[in-house]
Amino acid sequence: MLSLLVLVTAAFAMIHALPGDPVRAALGPTAPIELINARRAAMGLDDPLWLQYLHYLGNLFTGDLGISMTSGLPVSDVISARFGSTVEMAVLAFAVAVVVSVPLGTLMAVLVRHGRRRAGDFAFTSASVVLATIPEFLMAVGLVFLFSVQLGWLPVAGRSGPDSYVLPVLSLAIGPSFVLARIVRVEMLTVLEADYVRTARAKRLPDRVVYLRHALPNALTTTLTLGGLLLGSLVAGTVLVENVFAWPGLGGTIVGSILAKDYPTVQGVVLVYGVGVLLVNLVVDVALAVVDPRSTIRES
Amino acid sequence: MAARGLRRAGPLGISALALLVLVIVLALVAPLIWQQRADAINAAEILRGPSGAHPAGTDLLGRDIFARVLVATRLSVGLALLATVLGVTAGLLVGATTAVLGRRAGRWIGTLINITVAFPNLLLALFFAVIFGVGAKGAVLAIGFATAPGFARITQTLASGVAGRDFIAAARIAGVGRFRILTRHVLPNIAEPLVVTATIAMGGAMLAFASLSFLGLGVQAPSYDWGRLLGEGLQQIYIHPAGALIPGLAVVLAAMAFNLSGEVVARAIGLRSTSTGTLGDPPPPAPSDPMPEADALLAVHNLQVSFPGVRPVRGVSLSLRRGEAVGIVGESGSGKSLTALAIARLIEPPGEVTADRLEFLGEDLRGDVSAHRRLLGTSLAMVFQDPMTSLNPVQRVGRQLAEVVRTHQRADRRTAWARAVDRLSAVRIADAAKRAGQLPHEFSGGMRQRAMIGMGVMANPALVIADEPTTALDVTVQKQVLQLLQNIRSAENVGLLFISHDVTVVGQVCERVLVMYAGRIVEDLPASALREHARHPYTRALVAAVPDMETDRNLPLAVIPGRPPDPRDLPVGCAFAARCPLATDRCREEDPPLDSLETGRRVACWHAEQTVPHLSLIKGEQS
Repeated sequence: MLSLLVLVTAAFAMIHALPGDPVRAALGPTAPIELINARRAAMGLDDPLWLQYLHYLGNLFTGDLGISMTSGLPVSDVISARFGSTVEMAVLAFAVAVVVSVPLGTLMAVLVRHGRRRAGDFAFTSASVVLATIPEFLMAVGLVFLFSVQLGWLPVAGRSGPDSYVLPVLSLAIGPSFVLARIVRVEMLTVLEADYVRTARAKRLPDRVVYLRHALPNALTTTLTLGGLLLGSLVAGTVLVENVFAWPGLGGTIVGSILAKDYPTVQGVVLVYGVGVLLVNLVVDVALAVVDPRSTIRES
Repeated sequence: MAARGLRRAGPLGISALALLVLVIVLALVAPLIWQQRADAINAAEILRGPSGAHPAGTDLLGRDIFARVLVATRLSVGLALLATVLGVTAGLLVGATTAVLGRRAGRWIGTLINITVAFPNLLLALFFAVIFGVGAKGAVLAIGFATAPGFARITQTLASGVAGRDFIAAARIAGVGRFRILTRHVLPNIAEPLVVTATIAMGGAMLAFASLSFLGLGVQAPSYDWGRLLGEGLQQIYIHPAGALIPGLAVVLAAMAFNLSGEVVARAIGLRSTSTGTLGDPPPPAPSDPMPEADALLAVHNLQVSFPGVRPVRGVSLSLRRGEAVGIVGESGSGKSLTALAIARLIEPPGEVTADRLEFLGEDLRGDVSAHRRLLGTSLAMVFQDPMTSLNPVQRVGRQLAEVVRTHQRADRRTAWARAVDRLSAVRIADAAKRAGQLPHEFSGGMRQRAMIGMGVMANPALVIADEPTTALDVTVQKQVLQLLQNIRSAENVGLLFISHDVTVVGQVCERVLVMYAGRIVEDLPASALREHARHPYTRALVAAVPDMETDRNLPLAVIPGRPPDPRDLPVGCAFAARCPLATDRCREEDPPLDSLETGRRVACWHAEQTVPHLSLIKGEQS
């Protein structure tokens, strides 16, 4: 809750922290002074700061994010037109990352425990370090080169059929998948040494049950906590990946509006991204509470 | 130090450091050498593919891309460095301020830092890019300020770690001011981890810069860094992939060089190498007594447990009849717990278990353990030392019990649950139906241990192996748990193998006691003989070391002098010789075998016939 307030205040302050006059900046140095003054008045920029802030908060409650300076459309319309495709991409990538990383990390932990298969472990760790370092947009470029340019299997950009989703989602998911897989692996290795895993083995449960039902849920608590931060950065990653693939989402909007100095739009989109990150954190907290009933929901 | 660090770094680390040096050298010299080449416009060679003259081809204006990538090193690295320095400085200031300011202000800033840290760097950078404007300067400021919260957080954490140490308190008492404490005492002590983190952050800053430039928010034409080159190259990726791939590769390699170097240094500072000892020639298995009797519930002969470099259990033989309670007593490290785990076939690799005989209920347990899963799961119950950690913290207790019969007896969910509730009340857990639905942390220590025992009796065990079941519990709770084990034993004619370091408890619970020392049984005697008629000097010393009501409280507590031998480095003769008042040359040369005496007794001592007053065996009462 406090985070949300800080976020909203930051978004509000952003415009006022700009050096110079945002309206002047947006309309360009040649704009007539009357137009600027009129626009300033329309936006309420001449009111005292606290009044502007209250107005801003009030408008937020009614879903009013202001008017785009370039298109003249309400910012909320601009955002809602593009919001869906960004969410689609992020959710799919998140799903892929989870579906890949948990089994992969568990498998690695089971295979390498007690110092077995050292070579394989080293290869996995090195490969995952390298893959995790490559930022999403470079991954995107590499994938485009391989699958679109060289092999011609998948479209290079745009959002049309299901095959146009493959590369954007993969570029977003590969890095986090491997980071998460490494976390799962380390956590599983720790948990597998725990007393309660020995108890489970003493009950002569099948290995599958020992690993999946006794060890994995305990490994996931830490994984989720650390993974939450990662998923937050996945939200940010969409900005870059959307630009590589000309994806009709918010990523293009924010870059375009920053370049065009369309501040109300920027403000709105920043707010949406911020709320997105907060939501991810909230989801992680809830998931934590489900997986590990001991932990209560932490205050944000 | 440097050489050792390098060795620890390994091939990956060394190549990272080499790459780092290359990046830095390129940043310094590349513009001097290749600047002209990089800027030479050649209309005749627009968008050519890689060739001898242009290793990475040419761009829209016919400029050599490879030269441009090399020249861009300086700007890319330089800007990232600037941003990092800015971020580190700002972070350091904010983080350190929390330490200097009073508690309340510090906490407020801390909360603010925590909130900011929750947002990904790139979003923060975008946010600041709006404020500072588009361009190289704006991007440096944006990335710098985006890096700052993370750094502030780390500084704060490290500083508060240092602040608790004694020398800070000493400085404070000496009247040193807050600011001076910060600069003179706190910062120098956290500098090392901060530098490492900064190096890693540098890699992140390079990527962030490339991202911003790629989006068109960073470096503006006609300047170029890798991100910009990449963005330009991407437009032509169909015609000319090298134009996008080469700058991309440069970013990744350089970022990785910084990242990995940071981690290499961190590892070199932080980690100590662990050495593993090597196992000498395994001692020939000590010849033991004749085979245990045939009607045994459990029959073990010459059981050995070894781990790489060490053999903590060296030839243990024992037998146990139905309904019998046998105790194993010994100091920690004597191999008693490993013996128990080995019998239950719970030793995991790299541990290895060998035995001439290991029979339970007439079944040979050696070989593939999964063949005996059902037998072990239903007939052998284990109770472990620490009930706080032995139950799965995220599963309901009832479910953990029910699991046993669901797995091994294919009971349906409801039957299994009913049985679990029944067993919980059998181990005297009040309101068992409600308790079964609770999680382990809602149970007290004693209740958890009773639940563990309840888990053991879910099926119909013939043998309960209890490994220090009361060590972690209060004395009063101990009694209840011991009583419970006794009840189960007598009610269902269950064998009990009871492991403890407490010779008194073992004497009370068990009929027969095995005394272990350095991985071997040194004496096997009836519990009734423990107090007065033990033969082995070690057993007698153990018994004598227990204070009782008649112990003179003016004397120091009795102890056995010396310590048990290192299992990696056992002496030639009797392992106890070094601590034994009766030791002779023979003891130091020849290991005494475990000889059978009169019925049911065994002892491994050359001087077992010698009677020496108990008191002279221990220190404390001698002085």
